[in-house]
Amino acid sequence: MKKYTYTEKKDTRSGFGAGLHEAGKKNENVVALCADLVGSLKMDAFIKDFPERFTQVGIAEANMIGIAAGMTIGGKIPFTGTFANFSTGRVYDQIRQSVAYSNKNVKICASHAGLTLGEDGATHQILEDIGLMKMLPGMVVINPCDYNQTKAATLAIAEYEGPVYLRFGRPVIPVFTDPDQKFEIGKAWMVNEGTDVTIIATGHMVWKAIEAGEKLAELGIDAEIINIHTIKPLDDEAILKSVKKTGCVVTCEEHNKFGGLGESVARLLTTELPTPQEFVATNDTFGESGTPDQLMSKYGLDAVNIVEAVQKVIARKKA
Amino acid sequence: MKHTIKELEDIASQVRRDIVRMVHGCQSGHPGGSLGCADFFTALYFEVLNYNKDFNMDGVGEDLFFLSNGHISPVWYSTLAHSGFFDKSELATFRKLDSRLQGHPTTHEGLPGIRIASGSLGQGMSVAIGAALTKRLNGDKSYVFTLHGDGELQEGQNWEAAMFAPFHELDTLICTVDYNGQQIDGPTKKVLNLDSLQAKFEAFGWHVINTDGNDMQAIVEGLHYAKTLTGKGKPILNLMSTQMGAGVDYMMGSHKWHGTAPNDEQLATALAQLPETLGDY
Ligand SMILES: Cc1ncc(C[n+]2csc(CCOP(=O)(O)OP(=O)(O)O)c2C)c(N)n1
Ligand SMILES: [Mg+2]
Repeated sequence: MKKYTYTEKKDTRSGFGAGLHEAGKKNENVVALCADLVGSLKMDAFIKDFPERFTQVGIAEANMIGIAAGMTIGGKIPFTGTFANFSTGRVYDQIRQSVAYSNKNVKICASHAGLTLGEDGATHQILEDIGLMKMLPGMVVINPCDYNQTKAATLAIAEYEGPVYLRFGRPVIPVFTDPDQKFEIGKAWMVNEGTDVTIIATGHMVWKAIEAGEKLAELGIDAEIINIHTIKPLDDEAILKSVKKTGCVVTCEEHNKFGGLGESVARLLTTELPTPQEFVATNDTFGESGTPDQLMSKYGLDAVNIVEAVQKVIARKKA
Repeated sequence: MKHTIKELEDIASQVRRDIVRMVHGCQSGHPGGSLGCADFFTALYFEVLNYNKDFNMDGVGEDLFFLSNGHISPVWYSTLAHSGFFDKSELATFRKLDSRLQGHPTTHEGLPGIRIASGSLGQGMSVAIGAALTKRLNGDKSYVFTLHGDGELQEGQNWEAAMFAPFHELDTLICTVDYNGQQIDGPTKKVLNLDSLQAKFEAFGWHVINTDGNDMQAIVEGLHYAKTLTGKGKPILNLMSTQMGAGVDYMMGSHKWHGTAPNDEQLATALAQLPETLGDY
C-alpha cells in the first residue's frame, strides 16, 4: 500500500474559496453569486478583490440560479454558492430548465454536502444531490476529496464550457493530494494499485478508503483504490480496466446508495462486465444532528465499514 | 390574563437561559434569533395559544403554531418543555446524536409539539395555509399562528403564499415576522432590502399590525388584538420588531450572533444577565 501522509487538515469548501479567487484573477468573466452564506462558502477573498463581480442575491436560491443562467448570455461564467441542499433540491426545476436544458455555462457550487454538515441535522444534510444532478442530461458532477483537489477542480471547471455541479463539504479533513495537481474532468485518479479488490471512492470517503487500504494490507489484502472525483462523465475505462484485474468492487460515497456513485458504477459493470459489488453509502435514510465523526460512524461510512465490505465482496467473488 | 406580565417575563428569562445553555452545550445552533423571540414564544404559549398538552398531530379544535424559520429551534424547544410537552431535562440533548431535539425542528423523531419539519427557509406560510384550509373544511374555527424570519421573506415561496391567503380569505391565519433587520451576511437592508413590509403585505390584501416583540405587555396585547381582527375576510400579519440577541448585551445590535455559540466565559456573562426563575434543566 502506497503511503499517504498529511501535515494539515482543511475543509474542502476553503479549497473552493481559494480556487474561486484564483479563477477570478485568471479570467475576468468569472463572476460569483451567493444566497446569504458568504462566510460558509468562503467567498470572502473573491468578494474583496472583485466586489463588482459578486452578486449577493439574499435568501432566494431559485432567483440565484435564474440570474446565473441569464448572466451567461453575454459571456460571464457564474459560480453560484450555497449549501448543497439549497443548490439542488431547492432549485431543481430552475437548474433543469434554465441551466441544463438550456446548456448554460453555470457552475453550481455546493458546500455542506452530506452527513458531515453535522449538527444542523437532516433538513440541511442532503444525501440525494449526486443522484439529482447526475440525472440531468449534460450536467457534469464533481465531488473532490480534499482541499487541494477542490481548489484544482474549481479552476478546471472555470475553463470548461457547460453546466457543472461541484460538491464539497464543511469539516476539516486531511490534505493529502498534490497542491500543484492538474485536475482533469472525467479522469479517475489511481490512488493505489492492487490486485484483490477495486475500491472506488469519492469526496470525503477517499481518505477513509486509504485508511481502509492500510488495514486491508495488514490483513494480507491488496486493494486497488481509485478516486472517482467526476461522477459524471464517469471514467468507464479506468473502472473497467481495474475491475478486469481484481474481479470485485466496493464503492464508497457520503450519499444515499440509491442514485449515487455506486449505482453509476453498477450500471457500467452490469452492461460491460458483471462483477460482485458492495456499497458503502447511506441506506435510504435521512441524516440527523450529531458531530460529523459520530454520524459517519453511525451511518456506516467509516474505514471499518469499507474493510467489512471488501471482505464480503472478496468472499462473493470466490464463491 | 392567565399570568401577570411579571410572571411571563420570568418565564422568558428562563427560556433565554435555556437557549444560551443549549447552544453552548453543543457548540452550535442559533442564539440570536432565538433570544429575540423569547418574549413572543412565552406570550404565545402561556397566554394566547389554545392547545392541548397531550400532543395530537391533527390538533382538531386547537390553535396551531408553525415555526417557519426553523433555525431558532432552541427557543421553541425550551418553551415547549416549560409548557409541559416533554421534560425539560431533554433540552440537554439538543443537537446531539440520537436526540429528538434536532438542529432544526422535525416530526421525524416524534417530538411532541411539532407538526412539520422546518429549517430550509421559506416553506412555513404555505404549510400554515394548508392547515388553515383543512380547519375550514372541518368546520374548525381555531387559529393558525406562524413565525417567519425577516431575511426568510426573501424566499419567493412566501410571496406565493402571501398572494394566496387573502385571495382565499384565510382570516384565521395570524403570521408574525421576526423583524430584527438581521440575517447571516449582515443587516437585511444591505443584503437584500425588504423595504416596507407593511406596504407590501397590505398591497397583497393582508391586515398588518406592528408590535414590539421585546416588550412583554406589548406582545401579549398585540397577539390578543390580532385575534380580534380575525373573521373579517383577511389574514393578519404581525410585524414584530425585535433585537437579535435580546437579553444578552453583547449579542445585541448586529448579525454576528445569528448562528454562533458562546464559549464558557461568554456563557457565564450571558447567564449573569438572565435570572434563573423556573430552574435550569
Ligand atoms: C432555503 C434556505 N436557504 C438558506 C438557509 C441558510 N440560512 C439559515 S438562517 C439564514 C438567515 C435567515 O435570516 P432571518 O430569517 O432574518 O433569521 P435571523 O438571522 O434573523 O434569525 C440563512 C440564510 C436556509 N436555512 N434555508
Ligand atoms: Mg432576521
